[in-house]
Amino acid sequence: MTCIEAIQAYALRSIGIGERALPQGDITFCEQVVLIGSGMIWNVYLGALALLFGFFFAVTLAIAKASKSPLTRKPAQWFIFLFRGSPLFIQFFMAYEAFVMLPRVGVEFELFGIAIEAETRWFARAWLGALIVLFCNTSAYAAEIFYGALRSVPRGDLEAADAYGLSGWKKFRRITFPTTMRLAWPAYTNEAIFLFQSTALVFFSSFPAFQQRGDALYYASYFAERTFNPFVPYPIVGVYFVLLTLCIITLFGAINRRLNRHLPSDRRPKLRIRPNLIR
Amino acid sequence: MFSFCEDPSTLETFRWFACYLTNGVHMLFYQSFLVVFALLAVAAPLALTFGFLAATASRSRIAPARWVGKGYTSMVRGIPDIVFFLFFVLVLDQGIEYIRHLITCPDWDEPIRQGANFLVCDQARTPQGNAPQWIHETYNFALAVFTYAIVFGAFCGNVLYGAMNAVPRPQMETAAAYGMSGRQIFWRVLVPQMWIYALPGLSNIWMILIKATPLLFLLGIEDIVYWAREIGGSRNSRFAYPHPDWRFWYFLGLLIFYLGFTKVSEIVLSRLTRRLSRGQASAAGAAA
Repeated sequence: MTCIEAIQAYALRSIGIGERALPQGDITFCEQVVLIGSGMIWNVYLGALALLFGFFFAVTLAIAKASKSPLTRKPAQWFIFLFRGSPLFIQFFMAYEAFVMLPRVGVEFELFGIAIEAETRWFARAWLGALIVLFCNTSAYAAEIFYGALRSVPRGDLEAADAYGLSGWKKFRRITFPTTMRLAWPAYTNEAIFLFQSTALVFFSSFPAFQQRGDALYYASYFAERTFNPFVPYPIVGVYFVLLTLCIITLFGAINRRLNRHLPSDRRPKLRIRPNLIR
Repeated sequence: MFSFCEDPSTLETFRWFACYLTNGVHMLFYQSFLVVFALLAVAAPLALTFGFLAATASRSRIAPARWVGKGYTSMVRGIPDIVFFLFFVLVLDQGIEYIRHLITCPDWDEPIRQGANFLVCDQARTPQGNAPQWIHETYNFALAVFTYAIVFGAFCGNVLYGAMNAVPRPQMETAAAYGMSGRQIFWRVLVPQMWIYALPGLSNIWMILIKATPLLFLLGIEDIVYWAREIGGSRNSRFAYPHPDWRFWYFLGLLIFYLGFTKVSEIVLSRLTRRLSRGQASAAGAAA
């Protein structure tokens, strides 16, 4: 099979478009690269959506944790401790078992005029179940980052805001929130990188791969098993993740520049990329 | 365990659970917690050693040693560790067999990679095919520990390298002025002082190491995750203790175990930080 054929057959294999059967027998290098790349679609999907939704929830959690009332502070603290203090791996297993226990119910509702049929069975699939776990996990980690930044907003800035007659929502939106983001952004970039890397764990999370539509590691381990040669598929996964990391750094670096565009150039914080760590 | 456990089907709830939670497989389950502690006890010092060597190599004056050190510590950037975990175990396994193969069977003329197969001569199989079960298990565990040590050693290397650079330069210059040799400066001035700078990073790595222990399951070790899945699955009436799918509750137990472990570590590490910053010229230390 030539490379062009491999791309045609397998480029979108992980979302169910293209050749049904996975390559057997003599497996070419191109097939491995294309199929693993196709699996990366799922890693990107899970990481991007969890990060997007998680951002808003994390800001909410951080504000709740910083609030004076124990009614909002305690639940936020517990949520953050629960998801930061336990291994993501165990969270995946637990969530899967919990979702399987859900009663089978189908719900029909209308969203923007389109009738949608939702089923509880979806929770036991990776695209929703694993996404929820990753969402909660990244929310907890990011909330801790935002909480730290929220507490280190310079007092002078807040006093100046008071002096200008800003209060409540206006003060938060114009002063507190932008400064928090500015302070938290380098750490949040690392968090985003970790999150994308922890999508690799989804493969082991007991969420089944439906019709062999798996993520990058699913195909990599398939090839490693078929060829008894880990030296090709796993480095391919590694290269893909390095490329993904570079994309994240570029994107978040651009946001970082935008957040700090009002500062003199020597006072702008640089993004320091720390090595990734497992959760 | 208890004398009334003869016929579990006749017991009332409390006694049934007392018997169920102390039967043979549960004892194995409790023992597997020791596997986790054993892993931490062996892998943590080993990783620290690797990290120390890597950090020292990265500061070396000899260029190749520097390249090796920097290459090792920066390999963990960008690539998920889980890929390393899967990769290294296979690589170590095949590497050991290959080296033994070269030594023990020099006149083997068939290729080792035959298409999809990795073939070495029988004497080079590690462990030997007829070895007892416990040797196989210990060998797998040792491979897993070594993999953890390599991956976490790279993290430690990063932290220790930063800590060595954080020790104030005048300290070393003063030591040099007193006529200490390079080796003396390193062991008597730099190393004793770097720990306080390394501690925040190292405690972070410790927390992460704790949370990475369930991955032992992926390396084929019969650890707590393995037993939780094994015991928790539903048992029909053919078994002595029939029950529906209880895996959720077993994982909940593991979750609580890890939360508790993290909490205890947090407390111990914060004490250690306070102890180590005593007498340091930092905001936390008393000496000015």
